[in-house]
Amino acid sequence: MATVKLTINGKQVETENNRTIIQAARDNGISIPHFCWHEKLSTSGNCRICLVEVEKMPKLAIACMTTVAEGMVVNTANERVVNAREAVMEFILINHPLDCPICDEAGECKLQDYSYKYSQGYSRFVEDKNHKDKRVEIGPRVMFDAERCISCSRCIRFCDEVAGVHQLQFVNRGDHTTIETFPGESLDNPYSMNVVDICPVGALTNRDFRFKSRVWEMSFTESVCNGCARGCNIDVGVRNNEILRLTPRKNDDVNSVWMCDHGRIDTWKHVNAEDRIAGPMVRKAGNLVSVGWDEAMAKVAGELKLFNKNEIAFIGSAYASNEDNFVLARFAREVIGSKNIDRLSHTVEGDEDAILIRADKTPNDTGAALVGIAPGEGGRNIDAIVQGIRDGQIKALYALEDDVAQHPELEKVLYKLEFFAVHATNANKSTRAADVVLACSTFAERSGTITNFQKRVQRLRPAVVTLERERALDGMAMSRQDKFTAPNDSWGKGPRRDSRASWRIVAAIGNIMGAKFRYATAEEVFADITHAVEAFKGLTYLKVGNKGAMLKFKAS
Amino acid sequence: MEKFLEKSIPVRRKNLTFWQKLYIPAILSGLKITMTEFFKPSVTIRYPEERTVMPESFRGRPVLVAENGTERCVACGLCARVCPALAIEVQAGETELGKERYPERFEINMVRCIFCGFCEEVCPEEAIIMSQEYELVFTSQKEALFGKDKLMKPIEEVQTRLDFLRKNR
Repeated sequence: MATVKLTINGKQVETENNRTIIQAARDNGISIPHFCWHEKLSTSGNCRICLVEVEKMPKLAIACMTTVAEGMVVNTANERVVNAREAVMEFILINHPLDCPICDEAGECKLQDYSYKYSQGYSRFVEDKNHKDKRVEIGPRVMFDAERCISCSRCIRFCDEVAGVHQLQFVNRGDHTTIETFPGESLDNPYSMNVVDICPVGALTNRDFRFKSRVWEMSFTESVCNGCARGCNIDVGVRNNEILRLTPRKNDDVNSVWMCDHGRIDTWKHVNAEDRIAGPMVRKAGNLVSVGWDEAMAKVAGELKLFNKNEIAFIGSAYASNEDNFVLARFAREVIGSKNIDRLSHTVEGDEDAILIRADKTPNDTGAALVGIAPGEGGRNIDAIVQGIRDGQIKALYALEDDVAQHPELEKVLYKLEFFAVHATNANKSTRAADVVLACSTFAERSGTITNFQKRVQRLRPAVVTLERERALDGMAMSRQDKFTAPNDSWGKGPRRDSRASWRIVAAIGNIMGAKFRYATAEEVFADITHAVEAFKGLTYLKVGNKGAMLKFKAS
Repeated sequence: MEKFLEKSIPVRRKNLTFWQKLYIPAILSGLKITMTEFFKPSVTIRYPEERTVMPESFRGRPVLVAENGTERCVACGLCARVCPALAIEVQAGETELGKERYPERFEINMVRCIFCGFCEEVCPEEAIIMSQEYELVFTSQKEALFGKDKLMKPIEEVQTRLDFLRKNR
């Protein structure tokens, strides 16, 4: 690719010759304001806020549409540009309502930021503003406020170019321009909520998050979505120790800057849910009774000792992290000596697309298999485990965070088990049948790694505090309220569950049974994985970082 | 050490005369002041039977303005953000009214509140204002958490403060 040299604000810049000024400036750390331009969408050039001065051009040019040329001299901040920008801001603000106090976008609004940065700070407009429809349910998950719209067309381009469905379009002209769905259509594509992220103002807002919290009251933790095998990078927004929303985080190798609506809405509600398992429970006289951790774990260890190693089966989980599965596999092989270890598949055939959504609805099937959740030589796979329970050869079952009773065949034979222990986050079919329920932490409460379908290892970080953690001491993200809460305040007192990371529970049970698991943190478990599993060799949490790291396989 | 001693100030002992040592003249001159003040008009009031009327600029406890039976507040959360003592917590909810948002829960921790009036100043709706009330007695920390039930005041009762704010904006 041929490169060109140009000067932006007196700085010599070299860039590829098909780039635009806004891209070249961005690559070199010079920010040019923009509303309608988006790095992942086509350029429409209708907002005019990115006007810059290019020497020898008679008029100001828009940086998003002007391609760079050899020897070009660009100025993005001189008086002429600043005045033009102020004028553009004034035009955009003419019909924009002063809705900031009731607008969910406030705090992360481009228009709000630019008003402070680039507008003159007062209004000369004394006439009545244009009034349009407010609170329009433009889709099942998106709310539209026509007055706030600045007609940048980002949402329209997103639907056309990324989601691949033509659902939105401008109607009317001039300052009556507004966005509508095509007749009979609704903004209901599986990626519809991305328009909320890209909307530079609060015209399109998240109906699920509507008025839940101001954005500046939340803490944000970088994590990974657990809705499918893609593992979209996300930010988890937490207030009062409750997850309120997920937003996609940029990672060009995985999800670009998008995520699907299912991941955004459905993958975290269980963390706040009423039916969370609040602590370990043991079945006594037919009922599950809350007990302490020591009692629950001693019960599991004591029961497992009663069986022959071939009578015990283990079911790992593609929902659990690499660390959890690795410790379970070690426990099964080294402490119990059982080879009956497998995991359930949650692949929904056909429920996938070419954008992000994968048919495998679990986040870590690849990782679970790699760290040893697969039947050993001569061991039973899931079908053989079911058969074994039916025949009475398998008498004890230990299941990691998976509702194993959802497996129709397994559900029918669960009553035959003499001992059934399960790790669970929420009450489900399996916990109703279990003898011991071990309360394990959800993806948002623990540290760990998961491996997506591309064999990319990505980090989970704790965003919600459990009893085993302290937000401040464990270096978790903190909002202003988290920092200053005191015992006499009513805020900052969201529920904290007595749950633990699965690997910690399994390791503790193993140690009761005579093993020597000396893990203090998930990072230490991961270090052990890198020694035990070839593909993970050389990786550390630091190397995995925010964007993940690809596993390396020998060419075979 | 010596230097320090040099610098220290010596205690001055007055050589009092016999007359001064008696004390009686000093006591009498003091009593004279007391008696003159005794017959002057009183400057104190008989609180709590009598109360002073506070000037409009007085910052008593913050209250929420209720208009037509509902609060003006749109739960924007700016008061909670600006509050230097972090006394305010707001949880917004959706209402059918034109304002779209309303505070589902609005709580001021009166133990934290420092009566600075920032919340009043920042409020875009003139919905939270400082009242004339200064009598705050709690018997427990929990009692000091004022919810909407204690904070809401009909607009008629706080009109003087609203007028004052308009005048001095």
